[in-house]
Amino acid sequence: MTPELMQAGARARRAAELRSSAAAIGESGGREASYSRITTGELDVTHGAILYLDDITVSFDGFKALNALSLSISAGEMRCIIGPNGAGKTTMMDVITGKTRPDAGRAFFGSTIDLLRMRENEIASIGVGRKFQKPTVFEHLSVFENLELALKADRGVRASLFFRLTGEQLDRIGSTLVLIHLKDHAQRPAGLLSHGQKQWLEIGMLLIQNPKLLLLDEPVAGMTDEETDRTAELFLSLESSHSLVIVEHDMKFIHALTHGNPAKRVTVLHEGSVLAEGSLADVQRNEKVVEVYLGR
Amino acid sequence: MSAVLTPPSVALVPRRGLLLGIRGWAGVTIALAVVAVIVPIANLLVPGDSVFHLSDYAVQLVAKIMCYAMCALAMDLIWGYTGILSLGHGVFFALGGYAMGMYLMRQIGSDGQYRLPMPDFMVFLNWKEFPWHWAVSDSFVAQMLLVVLAPGLLAFVFGFFAFRSRIKGVYFSIITQAMTFAMMLLFFRNETGFGGNNGFTDFKRILGMPLATPSMRMTLFVITGCTLIAFFLMARAIVESKFGRVLQAIRDAESRVMFTGYDPLRYKLAIWTLSAAMCGIAGALYVPQVGIINPSEMTPAASIEIAIWTAVGGRATLIGPIVGAFFVNGMKSWFTQAFPEFWLYALGAMFIAVTLFLPQGIVGLVRGPDGVLARLRRSTRREGGSAS
Repeated sequence: MTPELMQAGARARRAAELRSSAAAIGESGGREASYSRITTGELDVTHGAILYLDDITVSFDGFKALNALSLSISAGEMRCIIGPNGAGKTTMMDVITGKTRPDAGRAFFGSTIDLLRMRENEIASIGVGRKFQKPTVFEHLSVFENLELALKADRGVRASLFFRLTGEQLDRIGSTLVLIHLKDHAQRPAGLLSHGQKQWLEIGMLLIQNPKLLLLDEPVAGMTDEETDRTAELFLSLESSHSLVIVEHDMKFIHALTHGNPAKRVTVLHEGSVLAEGSLADVQRNEKVVEVYLGR
Repeated sequence: MSAVLTPPSVALVPRRGLLLGIRGWAGVTIALAVVAVIVPIANLLVPGDSVFHLSDYAVQLVAKIMCYAMCALAMDLIWGYTGILSLGHGVFFALGGYAMGMYLMRQIGSDGQYRLPMPDFMVFLNWKEFPWHWAVSDSFVAQMLLVVLAPGLLAFVFGFFAFRSRIKGVYFSIITQAMTFAMMLLFFRNETGFGGNNGFTDFKRILGMPLATPSMRMTLFVITGCTLIAFFLMARAIVESKFGRVLQAIRDAESRVMFTGYDPLRYKLAIWTLSAAMCGIAGALYVPQVGIINPSEMTPAASIEIAIWTAVGGRATLIGPIVGAFFVNGMKSWFTQAFPEFWLYALGAMFIAVTLFLPQGIVGLVRGPDGVLARLRRSTRREGGSAS
C-alpha cells in the first residue's frame, strides 16, 4: 500500500468514527427526557469514542488558548499529541479534567457523561486519570502510602478515618510497586525519589485507580534513556485495556510508541486547534507542521 | 502453612494500629500520673514548707498553659498537617470561653454587686430580661454543648465559604485575622450582651459548688490535664489514619489529591471544624481557672501567638506544639516578672530564631535525621565500630 492510500483509509475511518460519535451525541442530547442520563450515566463507549471534544474554546484575557478545538479518542486508542509551546496541550487537559471551564463547546466522556458539568474529583472518580507535566506526588508520605491513597476505595471522610487495608488491596499495591520498579523504595518518602522515579510513582498512582482514560502530560520529561524505554514498554502494554492520550515533545519516544504503525494516529496542535492528524510519518511530512515547527 | 499462604507483599506494610511506640505510651502514662496523682499530692497533701510542695500559683499557671497547649495541638492539625495557617484560632478559644462564662455568670445568682438575679453588667445597662442568646445559659449541659457548637458552627460556615472559593495560603490567613478582629469589635459592644470590654468575671460557683476552693481548683486541673492527653491521643489517631494521610497529601499537592478523586473541601472542612471545637473546649476549661473572659482573647495578636507556640515547638509533630506552648508561655511568665518591658522583643527574637535555624522547632532538635538522638546514635555506632 502506498502512503497515500493509507492516509485515505485513515481519513475514511476517522470520518466514520466522527459520524458515529456525533450520532451518539445527537441521540442522547436531542431528547429532553434523557437529559439526566447525560451526567449520571455509566461510561458508554458502544459508539466507539471514549473522549469527545467539540468546538472547545478557552480564552484568557482575550488570548485564545484553545480555539474551537475538536478531537475524538476511540476506546482503547493510544493517541500522541504534539505541538509547539503554547499550542494549548495543557489547557486541553485542564478542560478534560475539570480544572478549566471552557467558554464554549462540549466535552463528553463516552457518549453519555458530560465532563463540563463535573468537578475535578468527580471526573477522576469516573475513570479519567491525569499525570501532570511536573511530577506531583505526596512528598512527605512514603511510596507505599502514595499508592495507598490512590487505591480505589470510598473517598469519603468517614470511610478514610476507619480505613483498613485488605489483603487484596495489599497485593494490588505490591504488584503496582513491581510494575513501576519501586518495590525496594516502598518505605522511602516520595520526596527523596529521583525525578524519573517520581514520574513512575505518579504513573503508578494513576494505574492503581484503574482509570479508563489516561491523560499523560510529558510523561518522560527528565527521564534517562533507559527509563524512557521502559516507560514506552509500559504504555504499550496498557494499550488494549486503557485509552491513552500522551502529550510529548520527545519525538524518539513517540516513535517508540507508534513503532511506525500507521494505524496509530498523532495529532498536532497549533494555536489552540488541530493542525494535522495522521500517522507519525504523515504528520512529519505535512508541510504546515514543518512550517510551524521550523518557523518557515 | 500460613507462612506459605502469606503474600510476599505483607512485608511492605508499615506497622500500624498502636498509635504510639513503647516510649510514647510510657510518656503518656507518666504524663497521666503527673497530672492525676503527683500534682494533686504535691499541692494538696505536701505541707507548704516542704521542697516538694507545689504552690497554687504554679498549679494555676500549668493549668493555663495546658489550655494553651490544646489550642496549639488544634493548630498543628490544621497548619502542621493540612498546611492551612489560621491566624484566627483565638476566636474559637474565646467563644468556648464565653459559652462557659455565660453559665458561670448565671451561677453567681443574686450574689453580685447589685444583689439581683441578673448579671451585674445587665443590671448596669438597665436590662429587664435576658437577651435571646442567654435562653439556655442556666443549663450546664446546654452551655457545654454550646462550648463545642458555637465555635464549631462558626468554623463550619466560615470554612465552607472560604474553602469552596478555594481561598488558600496567605489569603486564607488574612481573612482569619479579619474574622477574629471583627468578632472582637462585636464583643466589645455592650449591646451584644457579653459584658462589653469587661467581659465576664467574679465567678463564684460551678454546678452549685464554690470555685475558689483548693479541691475545686485541683479538680479542674486534673480535668484539664486529662483532656489535653485525650486530645493528644485523638490527634494521633487522626494523623495515623488514612484521613490524616489525605490531610498531609492536601498539604503537599492539593491538585493531585483532587485528581485522585478526593474532594479536598470535605477534608479541610472536617479538620478545620474539629480544630475549632478543640479550641472551644480549651477556652471553656480556661475560663473557670483563670476567672475572667473578655474580648482581649480575640485580638489578632492572641491568635498569632497560638501559631508561634506551634512553630516554636515543631510543626506536624503533635508533641511539638505542646512543648512549644509550655516553652513560650513558661518564658513569658518568667520574662514578664523579671524584665517585663523586654518580653515582646524576646518573643519576636525567638520566633525569628526558630524560623531561621530550627525549621522543625524544638522537637526537631531532638528528633529527625539531624536531631540530638540521631547524632548520639551515630556517634555511639562509630565508637563501637572503631573498637571492634
